[in-house]
Amino acid sequence: MSIVQTAVGYSYLIAAVGFVLGLHFMNSPATARRGNLLSAAGMVLAVAATLALVIDEGTITATGWIVLGVGGLIGTLIGLRTAIRIKMTAVPQLVSLFNAVGGGAAALLAIAGFVRLTSGIHGAMTSRTIVATSLDVVIGMVTFSGSLIAAGKLQGWISGNPIVIPGARGLNVALAAVAVGGSGYLIAGSDSGIVLGIVVLCALVFGVTMVLPIGGADMPVVISLLNALTGTAVAMAGFVIDNSALIIAGALVGAAGAILTKLMADAMNRSILSIIVGGFGTGSSGPVGAVGTGGAVRRITADDAAIQLVYATKVIIVPGYGLAAAQAQHEVRDLAVLLADRGVDVSFAIHPVAGRMPGHMNVLLAEADVPYTQLKEMDEINPEFAQADVALVVGANDVTNPAARRPGNAVSGMPILDVDQAKNIIVIKRSMGHGYADIDNELFANPKTGMFFSDAKVGLDQIIAAAKALVATG
Amino acid sequence: MSSGLITDISLFVLAILVGFEVISKVPATLHTPLMSAANSIHGIVFVGVMITAASAHSTIGYVLAFVAAVFASMNVVGGYRVTDRMLKMFHKPPAPAKADPTNEADRP
Repeated sequence: MSIVQTAVGYSYLIAAVGFVLGLHFMNSPATARRGNLLSAAGMVLAVAATLALVIDEGTITATGWIVLGVGGLIGTLIGLRTAIRIKMTAVPQLVSLFNAVGGGAAALLAIAGFVRLTSGIHGAMTSRTIVATSLDVVIGMVTFSGSLIAAGKLQGWISGNPIVIPGARGLNVALAAVAVGGSGYLIAGSDSGIVLGIVVLCALVFGVTMVLPIGGADMPVVISLLNALTGTAVAMAGFVIDNSALIIAGALVGAAGAILTKLMADAMNRSILSIIVGGFGTGSSGPVGAVGTGGAVRRITADDAAIQLVYATKVIIVPGYGLAAAQAQHEVRDLAVLLADRGVDVSFAIHPVAGRMPGHMNVLLAEADVPYTQLKEMDEINPEFAQADVALVVGANDVTNPAARRPGNAVSGMPILDVDQAKNIIVIKRSMGHGYADIDNELFANPKTGMFFSDAKVGLDQIIAAAKALVATG
Repeated sequence: MSSGLITDISLFVLAILVGFEVISKVPATLHTPLMSAANSIHGIVFVGVMITAASAHSTIGYVLAFVAAVFASMNVVGGYRVTDRMLKMFHKPPAPAKADPTNEADRP
């Protein structure tokens, strides 16, 4: 080992420590930003060390430098530009896009290694390299196409509803079988580029057919899962080129994604398998038309809601998917400030799967300038509902359904917010349409509940106007 | 070679365990920035792209390295930037607002 190689090894170690500590500092909003900067510093060190290594080895050609320099510059500019301009509501699709290109890059590495090693000059591939190559190519390509489809769904370019292709399940099984068979053929000692090409193609199509049938409300789980897959693909790329930095960082991300996937699936009371195999119900927003609006529910107006809120002592706001979809985070914040100025104790109850990716609601409210100390997690806020004068539910549905406490229905066992414990409940909702689970929400029929039928943004604006008028006259 | 493989697998397994341990403690409030941060960390694949570009000597090798370089740099730079943007927004209540509830509690 030359001095440079040793120095590079230690640099990778320091970078890995930076990544772990960076993630550790994510434990608290107060230190999280520092953590991310620490992690970025580790990344800069790893890249700088690798640059030294590449120069020291001296095998890179002039064309290689141009390829690396120009490619890196283009990617940097695109990445920076989108990262700076993106709206916070669109962050889930951006994360999905970055995830796609990360997985794609990991798979391309393995393909490049395969092409180089099978061109004959450099000798045959070891079985270890080819096993890692197959795994990297399959996982990387699945997450590349799958993440692009997920991003397209979140952006609205592809319907958020589950798209069911006839015979898709059979197709998926066939694709998986061909990809695994092809990988096995390569591992058995073939160096056929055509077989690798077939494996790549199957993995790409599999990614598409895997994500297309998954509904919009399941996206938090899917994004986490794809994130875990990319981490794993990068770790496999590390095995291919025998690089400890890639192995450690990839494994860390794989673990992070796996944990979040599990948390999200638990919070929705769904098994990861049942989400991947294809959802029940019809999508996230539910039918827009009235479905049994004439039932036993009590309708209220913006004025009624404003009176209850303004004269309350404690208000808990429960934001959901509908609030994110209507982009009403600034309105809900304005209402919270108005009430807080009146001396009302306002907090937000955030269900783990509120929004379009894990924790997305918190980011939207943080963007709207809501202090994070007002954002309460489910376990923390649930005991407080009984003391709340008003629980204001904005665009949330299944996560408030008391039916979850009973066995025998679609939401049974799902952890819910105990909204029904509040003294009064106001629900802002476009219609009586069902949530993702496609069952009636018993909360709406509760005598304590007043239904205010409106778009979240419009409805909140009306309530704010009514409350201001009330405060001015009272 | 086999001892090298064992070392690599050990790193892989231990890093997964460290990941589980560290991430399990992150509050739900920060799950989106966490995922975005994890996303940036797998931008380490750029290091792999550099090594691959250094050993490329054919047209197809250069093309693959070029596309991978675009992808990986987009991942790593964009990832860290957008994570920082998100985390910058998380703040505590301003001092006067924080004082209010305590006054409220003291009054009666």
